[in-house]
Parts: sequence; structure tokens; C-alpha cells
Amino acid sequence: MTRNHFDAIVVGAGPSGNAAAYMLAQRGLNVLQIERGEYAGSKNVQGAILYADALEKIIPDFRDEAPLERHIVEQRVWMMDDAGHTGMHHRSDDYNEDKPNRYTILRAQFDKWFSRCVKEAGATVIYETTVTSLMRDASGWVVGVHTDRNGEGITADVVILAEGVNGLVGRASGLREELKPENVALAVKEMHFLPQEVIDARFNLKGDEGVVIEAMGTITEGMVGTAFLYTNRESISVGIGCMVSDFTDVGQATPHGLLDRFKAHPSIRPLLEGSEIKEYAAHLIPEGGYKAIPELVGNGWLVVGDAGHFVNAVHREGSNLAMTTGRLAAETVADIILSGGSCSRHNLAAYVDAVKESFVMKDMKKYKDIHGFLKKGRHVVDLYPRLMNRAAQTWFRVDGVDKRSKESTIMREAWRARGIGGLMGDAFKLMRAWR
Amino acid sequence: MRIFVCIKQVPDSAQIRVHPVTNTIMRQGVPTIINPYDLFGLEEALRLRDRFGGEVTVMTMGPPMASDSLRKALTYGADRAVLLTDRFFAGSDTLATSYALANLIQKASDNWGKPDIVFCGKQTIDGDTAQVGPGIARRLGLTQLTYVSSIDAIDPSHGTITVRRRADHGVQVLQSRLPAMITMMEGSNEIRRGRIEDALRAASAEVVQWNAAAAGITDLGHCGLRGSPTVVKKVFAPPSREEKATLVGEGAANPTAVANDLITQIFARQPVLEGDLMHAAARH
Repeated sequence: MTRNHFDAIVVGAGPSGNAAAYMLAQRGLNVLQIERGEYAGSKNVQGAILYADALEKIIPDFRDEAPLERHIVEQRVWMMDDAGHTGMHHRSDDYNEDKPNRYTILRAQFDKWFSRCVKEAGATVIYETTVTSLMRDASGWVVGVHTDRNGEGITADVVILAEGVNGLVGRASGLREELKPENVALAVKEMHFLPQEVIDARFNLKGDEGVVIEAMGTITEGMVGTAFLYTNRESISVGIGCMVSDFTDVGQATPHGLLDRFKAHPSIRPLLEGSEIKEYAAHLIPEGGYKAIPELVGNGWLVVGDAGHFVNAVHREGSNLAMTTGRLAAETVADIILSGGSCSRHNLAAYVDAVKESFVMKDMKKYKDIHGFLKKGRHVVDLYPRLMNRAAQTWFRVDGVDKRSKESTIMREAWRARGIGGLMGDAFKLMRAWR
Repeated sequence: MRIFVCIKQVPDSAQIRVHPVTNTIMRQGVPTIINPYDLFGLEEALRLRDRFGGEVTVMTMGPPMASDSLRKALTYGADRAVLLTDRFFAGSDTLATSYALANLIQKASDNWGKPDIVFCGKQTIDGDTAQVGPGIARRLGLTQLTYVSSIDAIDPSHGTITVRRRADHGVQVLQSRLPAMITMMEGSNEIRRGRIEDALRAASAEVVQWNAAAAGITDLGHCGLRGSPTVVKKVFAPPSREEKATLVGEGAANPTAVANDLITQIFARQPVLEGDLMHAAARH
């Protein structure tokens, strides 16, 4: 049945799948995109920050149409102890530019828009349909997909797996291993509704300006993780996430328990005062880093986005890596098919080369050891924020103690907590992992 | 068989909120769905088509975005979708809606042939009037079969149909002539999951779009606000109830006895409840 044959099938309608499907359709290929949710975005969860650069390379004038919330003019990084925070704030009027660099978005709306672009570009998009497994020929070459709907399988020259962190199709088809608890973070978030004027006043904003707060410290109760607070137009996204293995191995905390505690923190509570919770969500984030990246290509298939474990946890980047890998995959596939080639593992390897050439793999590689460093040195997420807050308090309190004594108190406390060897070792290991 | 199914795109009532200050319904950002009661008619239509052949045409009147619901109906397996959309229809009450839909059905009949059955939802979840189906039937001179729980027999060649109809004090078995307008009871069937071929076809199918003129509607005095004698004076949220849940028998040694006592008391106060429960238990 020729009606059921496509040049390419894209599994999933998140950032990577939409990027891939859009680019393929733009190049004139006959594309089918299959999404299990009721609409694109119905199953997708993110903080969410949109990094303009990655999308601009796909839809240059996206700012005219895409549903964007606020552009980011201020970044706050907070080290928290139980009573407060010590942090670094960076704000600049330079971010009030013609083409801002980062935006807060609501994924349910943004993904719907992106999906509409994909359809307008000419792709066939079906929803509420789950790909259950890959169709293979006798030699094991992937030639299409089976879905949970009755009817025949659908064939294609290539299947692009943009199925997200769980990688269910890849697992069911033996292309990848089970997810390991130490390679994924579990994040929970809530949307708090507040009038626009209240958010503007509370965060010192005007117009579409927005603020991002990233926080770490005692809020994760000894687990490796971070929390965030993002300003949308009329709501605030607030969330927290930790490694799944830490939830089982460290302490008794539950994800929602952590979030409740974070929201009640004296530094956060006033920012959310009087808000109404509109929705809540939870999601896994692939944070295993470079070493957790699975096999990316094979005969008739390739992997993009979260399914390829492309998340830079240190910089909280994921959706831009997803869109970029989706775009690079589409360019490779289009080049192959339009020149009459076959989507063999050998030919698709050009995609892997392109990813290696891009910032995606360079950044993944740069932080390849951070994951291991934090796993062995969990204390740093708890201890150093506490020391920092103690030090700040000692330093800023005016209480008749001379400054030199204050300095030695600060040094002594750090010393007592970790020892000179520990302090030096942590610094050395962090530097090595960061390099 | 030729079957028309009238559907309506409605806000998903499970996700609607009432604004705490103004007491108005907050429609913004609320996802839309096909009116759930319409799906029982659609499924019945698809089953009849599968049995006797023919085609199922889904139709609606609404804003351009209502085509999403029509496309969804195609995904379930409908063969054709028609959207009647025009700003003249804005603000239609049930009288104006049935006028527009009756004309739409007329026009569709001219194009694709007269239907044997027109299915409508029993009522909508956003208006709850249950008037549009009967209104259409009256205007087109169709037999009305409302609150149908099952279609027992149908003979397209002789143009007869036998249905079970839920009435106030029992079930009526009615035999009638086709063409008929039927509204199905909830629970009479369950909407199918369309085949992969249906999903693919729906994704690229054209939804036929007609404005008033294209549907042959010239008398705009019967349409929209002008054709709607019903005026909604006020919409308000009922105040939340005063009584609160109470905790009984906390820490009691024999919770079963406490529960039994309580249920006996409740039944004594509301004997109807006991009958209903026994009835429901007997059915399962």
C-alpha cells in the first residue's frame, strides 16, 4: 500500500521531533509525524525557558508568531540554606533587544504553535497514536513503525526517534538499554497564577521583561539537584528536581515534599504570596551526561533530543539541544534521500558527525565528568551553600567583633566542616570536571 | 446508508473555572472537545455504516477552530466533514442554531444525497437544552427518536427502524419510518479508536467549509443574535454548600458497626437511595 509509505517518520512532537519534521517538510520530503498525546504539548513538560538561537536556525522569524511569555533580563543564582540565600544576580538592559536571547514559554501553547508550523510546512501529523515498535525487514533494517491503532504498519525510508526521555520505542526494539536511575532526574513543577502587575512589581519588571532564579543548597536535602522559579506573563513556574537514584538512596524526601518545602522557604514564599496553583506536572530529565548518550544511528533509524540524552544539566539546557539535534538529523536525512541514497547506518553517521561539530556534543563532552563528580561528592550541594550563607552572615553582621576575627571565624568553619584536604580536593576535582 | 451526524465543539467542562471575582466562566485557555453526548451518535452511525455500507458525514456550525473537532471525528472514522461558519451565526440560541443546521443539512443533501438518519447529541454539556436535535427534526419533517438506548432493527430497503427509547417510567420499543432524527442515550455504546488509515486520512483530509451564502442561507434575520429570541440575563456560579464533611467514630473499636449504623440512618432518611442502590447492585 503506497499510501502508507513515507520518506521519513518522526516519532514524537516535542522540540526535537517538531524541529526534525519541520525541516524535512521544508526540504520537500513526505513526512509523517506521530504523537501519542491528544495534541503536541499535552504530554510535554519543561520549566520552561526557550533559547532563541536554536529555534531561529529553524524558523528565523518565530518571534512574530510563537506564543512567548517574557524575555529574560535577569538571572539569579542562589545558594540556599534553611534560613535564606546568598546569590549572584545578573541583570542588563542589553537584554531588552530587538531579538532577545531567552524567553519563558508555556509548553502546552508553544508546542501547539510549533506543531501547526510543522503541518503548514506540509508534514502529515497524527495525534493520539502511540508507536509501539519498529518494523524491521529480514536483515534487521528498520523499515517503518507499528502503532497501537488497528491497521497495517506504516513504512518509511527512515524513522527518527524523537520520543523523549523514556525511549520506550527504542527500548522495545532493542536499540537501547533500560534507563538507569542514576542517569535521570525527576523534576516536579507547579504553575502559580498571579496578576501581571503583581509579578512586575514583585520582580522589578516592566513590559515583557522576565526573571529566572536557579537555586541549589539545603533545599534538596542532600540530594544532587536544583530548583527554579521562572516568571511568565501571568504566572510563575516553580519547580525542583533531583536524581532519581538519590530519591531512593539519600534520605526520605519525596519530590512533592521537596517542592512544598521550597515554596515555603523564607526566600521563596514572599514571591509566591497570594498566588493560585493552576497546574502541576512531573517529568524525567535525562541528566546522565555525555557518558549516558546511547547509540544514535543504525540502519534506517536515528535518535534525537531527550531520547539521545542530549541535556546539559549544568547550564539547564535541553530544549535547544533537542531542536538542534532534530535539525541536524533532518538535514542529514534530507541530503541522503534527495540525492537518492539509502538511510544506512553508514550514511546516517553524517548526523553524528554534525552533532559532534556543533555546540551540542562539545558542551556534553566538556561536562562529561561533572556527573561522576557530583555522584561521589554529594556533600558539595549541601555543605558549600551552607558555608557560604554562614560566611555572608558573619561578614555582614555588625556586632562589635573586629573584621580580622570574622575572617578567621569564616576560615575556621570551612576548615572544620571539610578539612584542608577536603577543601582542596573538592576544588581540584571540580576544576578537573569543569575543564 | 447515508448518515449525517451533527456535533458541537464545546469547552471541556472538566477544566472550566469560574472567575472568583466576576463569577463568569473563564473560557480562555480551556481545551475544547467534541460534546461527549454527540460521540454516542457518531459511534452508532459508524456501526451502521460498517454493517450496511454507505457514508457518514459529520457537520457542525461554529467558529473556524471547530474544524479541529470535525477532524477528530474523521480520525474516529467518519467519511466527510462539513463546517458551517460565518460571523452572522454568532450568538445563536437553539432556535437560530436549528435553523442554520437544518439549512446545512438541506444543502448537504443536495450535494451528497438525502440522509436516512441524522444523529444529534442528546444535549450539549455547555447549553444543556436538548432542543437543537428536535428543532432540526421539526424543520426538516424528520421522525424524532430521542433518548434512544439501542437500535434493535433497521431495514433500509423498507425504510423502517426499531429502537429502544428511555422514557420516564420504563423503556419504550418504537418502530418508525426513516428518515429519522435520533439522539442516543449516554452509555449506549463507546466511541471507537479509529484505525491507523483513518488517522492518516483525517490528517490530510479537507474539511468542507461553507459560509451562510454557500449553504444557501439568505434570510439572515433567522440567524445569530437577530434570530435568537432567548436572552441570557445572567450567568452565575452557585454558592458553595455550607455543610462540611464530618468525621464519625474516630478510633472506634468496631468501624464496621459504625458504618452499618450510619448507613441505616441515611436509608431511613432517604428510602429512595436504598432502592436505587439495590437496583444498581442487581444490574451488576
